[in-house]
Amino acid sequence: MTTASPPAHATRHEPRRRRASGDTERGFSRVFRWITTGAGVLLLGVLAAVAAFLVARALPAFTASQAELLADGKLPAGVTSIAQYVGPLVFGTLLAAAMALAIATPIAMGIALFISHYAPRRIASGIGYVVDLLAAIPSVVFGLWGGRVLAPLIADFWVWLVGVLNVLPFVEFRATATGRSLATASIVLAVMILPIITAVSREVFLQTPKLHEEAALALGATRWEMIRTAVLPFGRSGVISAAMLGLGRALGETMAVLMILSTGLGYSLQIFGAGELTTIAANIASRFPEASGLAVNVLIATGLALFIITLAVNMAARAIVARRKDFSGAN
Amino acid sequence: MSAVTVGTSDETEQIRSLLTSGDKGRKRTDRIMTMLVYGAFGLAMLPLVSLLWTVVVNGASKFNPYFLSVTMRGVFGGMDAGGAYHAIIGTLVITLCASVLSVPIGLLTAVYLVEYGRGPLARAVTFFVDVMTGIPSIVAGLFAFALFTIFLGPGAKLGIIAAVALSVLMIPVVVRSCEEMLKLVPNELREASYALGVPKWLTIIKIVLRTSVAGLTTGILLAVARVIGETAPILITAGTTDSLNFNPFDDRMMSLPVYIYRQYAQGVATCRDGQLDCIPDINYMRAWAAALTLVLIVMLLNLAGRLVTRWFSPKLR
Repeated sequence: MTTASPPAHATRHEPRRRRASGDTERGFSRVFRWITTGAGVLLLGVLAAVAAFLVARALPAFTASQAELLADGKLPAGVTSIAQYVGPLVFGTLLAAAMALAIATPIAMGIALFISHYAPRRIASGIGYVVDLLAAIPSVVFGLWGGRVLAPLIADFWVWLVGVLNVLPFVEFRATATGRSLATASIVLAVMILPIITAVSREVFLQTPKLHEEAALALGATRWEMIRTAVLPFGRSGVISAAMLGLGRALGETMAVLMILSTGLGYSLQIFGAGELTTIAANIASRFPEASGLAVNVLIATGLALFIITLAVNMAARAIVARRKDFSGAN
Repeated sequence: MSAVTVGTSDETEQIRSLLTSGDKGRKRTDRIMTMLVYGAFGLAMLPLVSLLWTVVVNGASKFNPYFLSVTMRGVFGGMDAGGAYHAIIGTLVITLCASVLSVPIGLLTAVYLVEYGRGPLARAVTFFVDVMTGIPSIVAGLFAFALFTIFLGPGAKLGIIAAVALSVLMIPVVVRSCEEMLKLVPNELREASYALGVPKWLTIIKIVLRTSVAGLTTGILLAVARVIGETAPILITAGTTDSLNFNPFDDRMMSLPVYIYRQYAQGVATCRDGQLDCIPDINYMRAWAAALTLVLIVMLLNLAGRLVTRWFSPKLR
């Protein structure tokens, strides 16, 4: 197993170091270490494989000529290159996720504060469980509910809201009477990402040093002032990373958007209209079953874009959490 | 509360007025924020209650033994027939395969992180496990599709491909929850075992894993509950079918979430005038009944997970 001569010096020192750390590595113990380490490496390998296979299968879509793309790539009318196709998809995905985040973050913070500082101690954990229940409900059930219950219900409200908004100058919104708009989809997405934002925020709010809170209260602060001066500054980075985790979830969510939104393709801010926008995930799910040949590569290329976006968002969120962990030990 | 001693009652009044009058704005803000916090909680409960209510009410009309025991073979139009038996079987088979793939890898990785994990590799694994939890489910489906179509050619739709896609989503969840559980095992138990001369691997298997078996079961059950409702990756890897299929290595396979989506997407059935055995809304009714089935399965898994902890958790302290 061991390699050639240069590392031989290093291996000679190893037993001593192992004994120093208290490990007795003989017989099956060493094999077991290899097995578990192998599992960890395999996990990294799976992630690398996900990236590698997506890149490999997306490549033909990037290298294909324009004529091939139009003939076999099944690009929608008016779209002549892969960038023209991915652009509006990314735009729609980001818009839907950003709206969901804007709706969900304040509400999730409210719930987290309710559980950590407002609700009676005895029912707080029960409430936490109820919020976790939201996370357990499958996305397809959310989609069914959004499409059959929420969309017809909220359509009238959107029509009314658009009527109000159009009074403003330079604003020209259209509203669909079916309610199958990006705004409705965003509301369902917001409900779906509530649990994760709430869970992470709740944890950091609960970690607020008791002394800070008591000091604020002793200075005569009301409960809200105590939260504003002690809890929120302490939990800020935690809430930011929670929101980014929620953003990552919302970016990749497929079924809710697929089942609610009446899709289109374009750069548009008509969030109340039908057939204006779509998201990457919903687009893949709706087109993939019928796609073949180059069209599959094109769809995988859009999936690669989604993968890169969510990877960046998640890594940023985790980096914030990790950095925070280093400091919070001091308190 | 007021332990302040003041000379005259006049001064007392003055201080009291200072303390109360200046606070009016702050008190109002406090009250408004309290109401907003309570309101946020109420607002979040609305969709949960509405969703569970509609699923139960709409699903109950078709949720019966017949629905659970027949497939969709030979069912068309607005026929008042057909069920989700094939979809339930498909979901169970695919989820079982995914669990078989991901539980060993996830558990061993968790053991590695807790018992051996030091240095850059462990840090990388920890970080990328977190990153992996954020992989969109549809991307996992695309990965499994890309992996298998290299060997099987384009158009391959098998249950096992869906299982691979689900295990990509499931492994990080298993690692994360098992890691938490293994960390709870007190070090004294390990040291006591070492002191008796038990080798490390046997200590891990006989002491660490044995002590935390309840927590591990809970974590795995919750991970299963998490992936059992995934739709998009199964839709693009296992396809759709109307018939029963037990074999994940052969032919397409229906699953409960995809069944819900298919029934929903088919929409209102067209009926001829005067056709009495035709129900226009039958597809939606089946979708709701299947949704009720799925929610029940997920809730049962969650409940089982929590009961396992309660019953088998080690009594240490």
